[in-house]
Amino acid sequence: MREILNNQNGNGNGGSQSGSIAAGSQEWKPDLRTTIAGVEFQNPVMTASGTFGSGMEYGEFVDLNRLGAVVTKGVANVPWPGNPTPRVAEVYGGMLNAIGLQNPGIDVFMERDIPFLKQYDKTKIIVNVCGKSVQDYVDVVERLGEEPAVALLEINVSCPNVKEGAIAFGQKADALYNITAELKKHAKQPIMMKLSPNVTDITEMARAAEAAGADALSLINTITGMKIDIHRRKFAIANKTGGMSGPAIKPIAVRMVWQVAQAVKLPILGMGGIATAEDAIEFLLAGASAISVGAMNFVNPYATIEILEGIEAYMRLYHMEKLSDLIGAVK
Amino acid sequence: MKKKTIGVVISQKMIAPAIYDLWIRTDLAWDAKPGQFVGVFPKDKSTLLPRPISICEVNGDRTALRLVYRIAGQGTAEFSKWNAGEEVALLGVLGNGFPLEKAQGKKVFLMGGGIGIPPMLELAKALGPGAAKGLDAGTDESAASKEGAAKVCSIMGYRDAQTFLRPDLEQYGEVVIATEDGSVGTKGNVMDAIRENALTADVIFACGPMPMLRAIKAYAAEQGIPAYISLEEHMACGVGACLGCVVKTKEVDHHSHVNNARICTDGPVFEAGEVEI
Repeated sequence: MREILNNQNGNGNGGSQSGSIAAGSQEWKPDLRTTIAGVEFQNPVMTASGTFGSGMEYGEFVDLNRLGAVVTKGVANVPWPGNPTPRVAEVYGGMLNAIGLQNPGIDVFMERDIPFLKQYDKTKIIVNVCGKSVQDYVDVVERLGEEPAVALLEINVSCPNVKEGAIAFGQKADALYNITAELKKHAKQPIMMKLSPNVTDITEMARAAEAAGADALSLINTITGMKIDIHRRKFAIANKTGGMSGPAIKPIAVRMVWQVAQAVKLPILGMGGIATAEDAIEFLLAGASAISVGAMNFVNPYATIEILEGIEAYMRLYHMEKLSDLIGAVK
Repeated sequence: MKKKTIGVVISQKMIAPAIYDLWIRTDLAWDAKPGQFVGVFPKDKSTLLPRPISICEVNGDRTALRLVYRIAGQGTAEFSKWNAGEEVALLGVLGNGFPLEKAQGKKVFLMGGGIGIPPMLELAKALGPGAAKGLDAGTDESAASKEGAAKVCSIMGYRDAQTFLRPDLEQYGEVVIATEDGSVGTKGNVMDAIRENALTADVIFACGPMPMLRAIKAYAAEQGIPAYISLEEHMACGVGACLGCVVKTKEVDHHSHVNNARICTDGPVFEAGEVEI
C-alpha cells in the first residue's frame, strides 16, 4: 500500500498535476464526497484554520477548487493586531506558534476574502470565528449569516494564545455549553465547535457542545507548549507559551478524535499533525468525516492535493466505493 | 510564481568560521532578484520548516543560486554538511527584493553587517558598473538601466579580519570596511566608517543586525535620504499565510489592517520610515 501511495505522492513537487497511477486502476473513481451537518463537500480534504489564510497565498501552489473546503484564519468583529514577535519556533517534529489571532476583522473579510473564495465554486467556505466576549462572536456570526456562500462556521473556543475569550470558552464544559447555545440562536449556518486538547477529558467538552445544539465538532486545536532558548536564556516565543502543531502531535489527535467519535453522534472534522494520506486515513478510520491539513502546508505547500490523491489511491487499492465506508470503521 | 522544487548542490565551502558558501543548481535562479530569499529545507524530519536564506548571487546564465549563511542552529548545521551532487528541497523565490529603480543614477550606500552582507553582493552586481549584463537576463526593473548606473559604495561591517565576500564586492565598486576589533578598516561599525571617511549618499540599501538597522534608520532620517532595509524574523510558511513574521508599521498594513506587515511577503525590504523597529 505504501508503495502505491508514494507513487501517487510523487516527489513532493507535483501537486498541480494529477498523480500517475497505474493505468488499469483509473477505470473507476471512488466517491470521495462527505457530509458534515448537512453540508456536502466534494472530498474530505480541508485546511486547518490559521495555516492557510483565506487561500490566497497557497492558491499559487495548489488549485483551491480541488479542496473539500477552505477553513479560513479566525476572524473577529474588529481587527486584532496579534502578539509580539517572535511568534513561531520550531520544536522536534513540529512547531509552536503564538500568533494571537491577528486578523483584519469581519468588514475587510467580507469585502475581500469572501469574494476571493467564491471564485472557487467547487470548494466550500468554512469561516473560523473568534472573539473576546460572547457578543463578539455573536456579531461575527450574524454578519456571516448575510453570506449564503459561507457553508459552515467553525467556532474557535480553543486558541491557547489570546488572553481573553477564545480558550476561556473551551476549557470549561458549562462555558462551552453556554456559548454554543447562544450562538445557535444567532447562526444561519450550522456551527462546528473547535475543541481544545488542553483539557482533562475532551469527551466532556464534546458532550457539552452536543447537548447545547452544536452541529459538528472539529478537533484538535494546538497543544500548549513551551520552548526555551538556552543560549539567550529566554523564551523562544514572546508569548512564552505557544500552541504545538505538526506531525509529532498526531497520535494524540487520533486518540482524541476516536474518543470523541465514541462519545457523541456529531460529525467530526479531524486534524492534528496530518502530513500524508496515511495520516489522513487514520483520522477517517478513527471517526472523522473530513480532515484538515495544518502546519504541514508550511513544509509542503502541495500537501493538501497529495493527500487527496493518496486517499483516492488507497480507496482504489482496497476497492472502496465511497468514503463513508472508511469513516469510523475502526471502533 | 513561487514553488517548492528540488535543487542540486554544486559546491560548498567554509569561507569564515561557521560561515558557508553554497552554490545550488535550481531553476529558481531564473527569477531571483537582489534582496529576495529562498526557503531551504533540512532533510532531518525532526526539523520541518524551511530556513529563510538570502540570495547572495545568481550565476551568469541564471541557473544557480549562491547562498552564504551562518550556522545558527540545527537546520543550518545540517546544510553545512551537504556535498556536491546532493539533492535539496527549496521554496522560492520569496520576498520583494530591493527596489533597484530607487538607486538609478544615484550615489548609493550598500550597507551590510555580519550575515547581512551576502545579499549585498547580488545587489552590488545589479547596481554597479557592468550591471547591464544582469538586465538582459530578465531583471528588467533592474537598475541601472539605460539612464546610467548607480554609483555604488559598499560599507561592510565585520567582527574581525575574516572579511568574507570582500573580494567579490570589490568587483562592483568601492568597498569600505569596518571591523569591531579594528583589525581591518575603521574600528567600530558601519556608521563609524561613514563618519571616519566622510562618506555621503543619496539612498541607502542595508541588511544586518537590528541595532545597525536602527542606526541607519536614524541616520537616513537625519540626512533626509531614503533607506531601504532588509529585515529578518522567525518564519514558518515564508509565503504570507501564517502571520508569524510581522513587523510593526507606521501605516495600516494592506493585509490585516493592523499596522503589522508580513516580513516574508510585504518585505523583507522596507523603507526604513515605514517600519517601527
